[in-house]
Amino acid sequence: MRFFADSLIETWPFLQGWPPWLVYTLVMFAFGAVVLFGFVSLFAGIVTVVERRIAARMQFRIGPNRVGYQGCLQWLADGIKNFTKEDLTPAGASKMLYLFAPYLVFTGLFLTFVALPFGQALVISDLNVGIFYILAVSSFVTVGLVLAGWASNNKWALLGGIRSAAQIVSYEIPTGLAVLTVVLMSGTLSTQGIISSQGIWPWDWFASANPFAFIIFIIFFISTLAEGNRVPFDLPEAESELVAGYNVEYSGMRFVFFFFAEYANLFVMGALTAILFFGGWNSPFNWSTSLFGLFPQPLEVSGTLFFMTKALSFVVLIIWLRWTLPRLRVDQLMVVCWQYLTPIAFVCMLGTAFWMVGAHRWGALDYVKYPIFLFGVFLVLAMAARTVRNIRLVGDPVDLNPFQ
Amino acid sequence: MPEELTINGPDNMLLNMGPQHPSTHGVIRFVLETDGEVVAKATPVVGYLHRGVEKIATELTYSQFMPISDRLDYVASMCGNLAWCEAVERMAGIEVPRRAQFLRVIAAELNRISSHLVAVGSFCNDVGGVTPLVVALREREAINDILELLSGARLTYNYMRLGGVSRDMSDKCRQDTAAFLDHFPPALDEFNRLITYNKIFIKRLADIAVVTQEEAKAYGLNGPNLRGSGIRFDLRRNDPYSVYPELDFEIPVGEGFAGQVGDCYDRYMVRINEMYESVKIVRQCLEMMPDGELTSKVARVLKIKAGERYTRTESARGEMGIYIVSKGDKTPYRVRVRTSSYSALSIFEKLSPGLMIADLVAVIGSFDIVAPEIDR
Repeated sequence: MRFFADSLIETWPFLQGWPPWLVYTLVMFAFGAVVLFGFVSLFAGIVTVVERRIAARMQFRIGPNRVGYQGCLQWLADGIKNFTKEDLTPAGASKMLYLFAPYLVFTGLFLTFVALPFGQALVISDLNVGIFYILAVSSFVTVGLVLAGWASNNKWALLGGIRSAAQIVSYEIPTGLAVLTVVLMSGTLSTQGIISSQGIWPWDWFASANPFAFIIFIIFFISTLAEGNRVPFDLPEAESELVAGYNVEYSGMRFVFFFFAEYANLFVMGALTAILFFGGWNSPFNWSTSLFGLFPQPLEVSGTLFFMTKALSFVVLIIWLRWTLPRLRVDQLMVVCWQYLTPIAFVCMLGTAFWMVGAHRWGALDYVKYPIFLFGVFLVLAMAARTVRNIRLVGDPVDLNPFQ
Repeated sequence: MPEELTINGPDNMLLNMGPQHPSTHGVIRFVLETDGEVVAKATPVVGYLHRGVEKIATELTYSQFMPISDRLDYVASMCGNLAWCEAVERMAGIEVPRRAQFLRVIAAELNRISSHLVAVGSFCNDVGGVTPLVVALREREAINDILELLSGARLTYNYMRLGGVSRDMSDKCRQDTAAFLDHFPPALDEFNRLITYNKIFIKRLADIAVVTQEEAKAYGLNGPNLRGSGIRFDLRRNDPYSVYPELDFEIPVGEGFAGQVGDCYDRYMVRINEMYESVKIVRQCLEMMPDGELTSKVARVLKIKAGERYTRTESARGEMGIYIVSKGDKTPYRVRVRTSSYSALSIFEKLSPGLMIADLVAVIGSFDIVAPEIDR
């Protein structure tokens, strides 16, 4: 960000009279606001439509296609509808906590964007404890969910809140161990540092650095699903069991806050996976633009494109999973966490440490990354082949043309 | 406060599930006594959908009751039609033309498939998979179209008449049915690949709410729920009616597909396998169906000589028994309907202790409870 602000000071001379810390702070705020309103809100809104369209495609339906071209403005219509709804506080609710809870969830999620790098220069603040900070502030969400569940004066909401507390706190341990493994490999907590210690090419990414890292990537992905309340771990809001879980009593704008946070979280999940294991904004190309001469030092765009592609691929994968899998039971959820993920994550962390020592001694171990990379490619291709075969087997009996 | 609503444990919580709850499949209420997630006791409270069908029956003539028999169980209303027809015809000694009998069996079996599709689909929805429900409903849509061609209605058909059926099968209907029979088994295989063999799905259902053979008999379970416990008892075979004795089909039973015999997964698999068998039945019926009359001559206002009779048929959910007492009037003196969802509901108090809330939802789904059938 400093680099970005420096370039601004160079471009616009009137800024040179200002104290630099003020410029840095203002730039940070401005960028934060842009990220918040220009990106996160848009993303959270649009991804709801995208998810509904993908779900519809998977379920032989058409999905929302009336507002805007092919329903692309559906999220605006939904938002306006929710704005105009009554903001209801149930009788017997703990009013202050009830009103406060959505903000906590909202804030916790948006704070994570502070340390998410979108490009080499595009990060609000490159904290030296970046990834640790992300894990820490995302815990706000748990507090918000528990508060929402408890303050609603509804037993179903209470069950949802308690489930989410148990679930998210438990799954923070395998997530933390997975992050620790990455930190072990990169030697830094800073998100930018983690990205730049991975190479440009796919086999240089941490996911294929060694066999343990590959396993820990899968563990990390599963745990983020659980932390983000996504299927198959969507127990806190299991609609067929708890009606709607912690947000059952919320209406109008406060419900939108929860909804928003859930979908913004989707991006955080995808982005974190891309940053930690798939090289973030590393790209083999270097396309830059100076945004019509606004900045003297051109902004690197290709990295951002690569980063977004990776993150959004994971978002689509998560959506795909949601509409395919059934839900685990609460005790099975805990078994998965404590009996499988946590011990395996421990073993993988130690394994990575020993592997790094070994690779330092015998350089040949480094070449293992190529077979792991090929194995990953094989997995993706096998999955694609199986999907294509399944589609061929049944044909596609539904004509999805919405204009008939 | 009624006796069953008192709390037994010191830390237990009373939780009201329903009558408006997405997983109670209609307006049924369960009063749960839970210790956190673990259910200590589940008490079903019925009566929210009571329409007094049995009283209505005593006010109407025998043929006027036909549209009401649709509403006994609106997910499988052909089976309700068939039950009422069989009951009245056997009591009055009415002969039914052969073609009409085959048409009835075709309609009832197609309806059995569509009812089982709703059952397994919404069951998957209860367990958390949304897509299987939609896949199941897609297939049901084709059956609805066929039955619409056959009877003119899509849900409550009012297709059968005393002594026959109301309409003949058109050529288009026949072609559509044949096409559906070719299309459906592969589509059901697809459904199985999607959800039935899913690891999480099996983990959720295997060994949950095991009903032993003795318990199943003691609580009067019937239909797929009884066969899920491994008892090969199906009224189409054991107390045959209509043209079922001439048809060749298997009676699938629970074999402990993923765990013990009689768990949720077995009841689910019985329904899946029954759909394959129903396809076989319909296919044979289409081949064997002769030309001929649609109805025999039946008096417009039928009077049945004094007496009483209990007639049972195999509905999609199991035994649907109709007990008619006649005093020789044009209306029955007393009608009593026995439905299987009601007896399935009685076992919940036995099964529920120790289950988790998520299990309870799955168990409700596995018994395929339909609210109007309970309350009538």
